[in-house]
Amino acid sequence: MADPLIRLRGISRVYGNGDIAVHALDRVDLDIAEGEFVAIMGPSGSGKSTALNVIGCLDSPTSGTYHFDGVEVANLTRDQRALLRRHYLGFVFQGYNLLARTSALHNVELPLIYKGLPSEARHAAARAALAKVGLADRAHHDPGALSGGQQQRVAIARALVGNPRVVLADEPTGNLDTKMSAEIMELLARLNRDEGLTIIMVTHEDDMARFARRLIWMVDGRIDRDGPTPRAA
Amino acid sequence: MLRETLRLAIQAIFRNAFRSFLTVLGIVIGVGAVIAMITVGQGSARQVTEDVEKLGSNVLMVLPGKDAMQGGPGGSVDPPFSLRDARLVAEELPFVEIAAPVAFSRGRVVFGNENWLTDIVGTDNGYITAAKWEVARGRLFEEGDLRGGKPVCVIGETVRDRLFGPSDPIGETLRIKSLSCQVVGLLASKGASTFGADQDDFVIMPIRTFHRRIAGNTDVSMIYISAADAMPLARAREDVTLLMREIRRIGPGEEDDFTVADMEQFATMLSGITNVLTGLLSAVAAVSLLVGGIGIMNIMLVSVTERTREIGIRLAIGATGRQVLAQFLVEAIVLSLIGGILGILFGLGMGLAGARWLNVPFAPEARIVLIAFGFSALVGVVFGYFPARRAARMDPIEALRHD
Ligand SMILES: Nc1ncnc2c1ncn2[C@@H]1O[C@H](COP(=O)(O)OP(=O)(O)OP(=O)(O)O)[C@@H](O)[C@H]1O
Ligand SMILES: [Mg+2]
Repeated sequence: MADPLIRLRGISRVYGNGDIAVHALDRVDLDIAEGEFVAIMGPSGSGKSTALNVIGCLDSPTSGTYHFDGVEVANLTRDQRALLRRHYLGFVFQGYNLLARTSALHNVELPLIYKGLPSEARHAAARAALAKVGLADRAHHDPGALSGGQQQRVAIARALVGNPRVVLADEPTGNLDTKMSAEIMELLARLNRDEGLTIIMVTHEDDMARFARRLIWMVDGRIDRDGPTPRAA
Repeated sequence: MLRETLRLAIQAIFRNAFRSFLTVLGIVIGVGAVIAMITVGQGSARQVTEDVEKLGSNVLMVLPGKDAMQGGPGGSVDPPFSLRDARLVAEELPFVEIAAPVAFSRGRVVFGNENWLTDIVGTDNGYITAAKWEVARGRLFEEGDLRGGKPVCVIGETVRDRLFGPSDPIGETLRIKSLSCQVVGLLASKGASTFGADQDDFVIMPIRTFHRRIAGNTDVSMIYISAADAMPLARAREDVTLLMREIRRIGPGEEDDFTVADMEQFATMLSGITNVLTGLLSAVAAVSLLVGGIGIMNIMLVSVTERTREIGIRLAIGATGRQVLAQFLVEAIVLSLIGGILGILFGLGMGLAGARWLNVPFAPEARIVLIAFGFSALVGVVFGYFPARRAARMDPIEALRHD
């Protein structure tokens, strides 16, 4: 079998040191293959976000090895990690994190600016990404003029626009009501099913986790359970 | 990418247009002051040069007092000259074409119901010729006027305008103190000189008339010399100095008690004053630019803090530290360049107004404008670097968590 896209071995992330040291991640081993849709769950403070940040190359582990597509991330410089994020990763956050007073279209274009695409190509790609999340008609709205669900869909379009290999979502429905949450999850599930996009998502809600196909349960910085998502009755 | 960075910077600046304007005010004032001062300074220098050329480059003025050029006229305790001194200069030195004795006073001139305070000058035709006045109407003095000290005078355009209005002054009689004096000539206007001094505001009479009827003594306050064109001015000065020392019986080793000035010296003195002023203003400008730069640094730090989350987003989606640094650095540079450009416009405007006011040519210098532009960019780089570096070094996770 080929190497998995993501491979963590003995990954620890320790905050502080001595007596007050917090092991946000404690010797985690984890493989995620291309095309998976993984939900990470667990009690608050169990290290879910930390795990996602390490996988997303936003945070560096204190020890252990992390290979992304065969490349040891620990050996990369800060700028090289930025390039890795730019070309291979997309992020969706709980709080949307769109630029205020900036149109949906321009928000979605943002990653492509750093990719150095010319503006016509950016516009076309951003429009296509907005169409994919069902917001083609909202391209020129500012985030302030969009509902929470719509804002999160703009954020998903931004994560998708650069054709990443993995989308990382930290509680993407945390700020949304049930109906909107379901819309977002359906969108992610469709992207995973139809386009083979790898998705890793942190969530607190069973209903949302059910959209994924694999569930990782974390406790105290360790993986407690790991298996297929129990299907809804 | 650079275009995007620029666009972003301009957007960020105009999103807080008023705050940005206040921020760059220090730079506007600093750059404006320098540009205005140098523009006016250059204009005056050019005017002085033109004036010197107008007067002829072969003119020497002998004034009593060691440092007559510094102290200004009237401050000297050294004895004045006499008519004989002027005559000796003319006779003894072959290169001297004209050596005119000149005496001055201020006085009120009356004609009918009009009166006017003006310069009363006692001299001869040589002075009028050497100083390049043209006769507009009437004539200069005749031999008999000069030798006999007749009550006749030649007036300048300003005096004519004030006293006679539209009517012809020639043949009319003016009253100056107790003297009734007939106008025989009118001199053509020379216009205003450097710093706006009116060069047409005078009444000239034969020096004998002046001595007897106005001054009550026979002092000569200046000898106005026109040297032959072929004579190098430095040698002319030397010879005049030697002769004057002899005339005034100054022993070897003793200091001169008079000054031989030429127009070039006058020009040098004026440009010296301009240089001092320029230096002073440059110091003010430097302080102003420093303060302006600190203002920019302050506002950029505020901006970086306000936009922490934005920085986090950019870093998360793949901006490198260098790109974030560039974004904020470009913003600081654009900000201070806007200040610089406003300052240049403001300075040129002030320079134009100043030049008009002082009656000198408007002489903007492309070099200075470019330097000002460069300096404002430099201020942006220097004071924008620290805030930009702070932005570039942010931890994306913490930045995203910021609210
Ligand atoms: N910057 C930090 N400094 C110190 N401790 C931290 C820091 N970030 C996280 N931690 C600690 O690491 C542990 C794991 O945090 P993490 O954010 O990964 O939890 P989580 O599972 O995402 O929790 P939640 O469900 O509340 O989001 C927690 O105990 C937290 O207090
Ligand atoms: Mg979390």
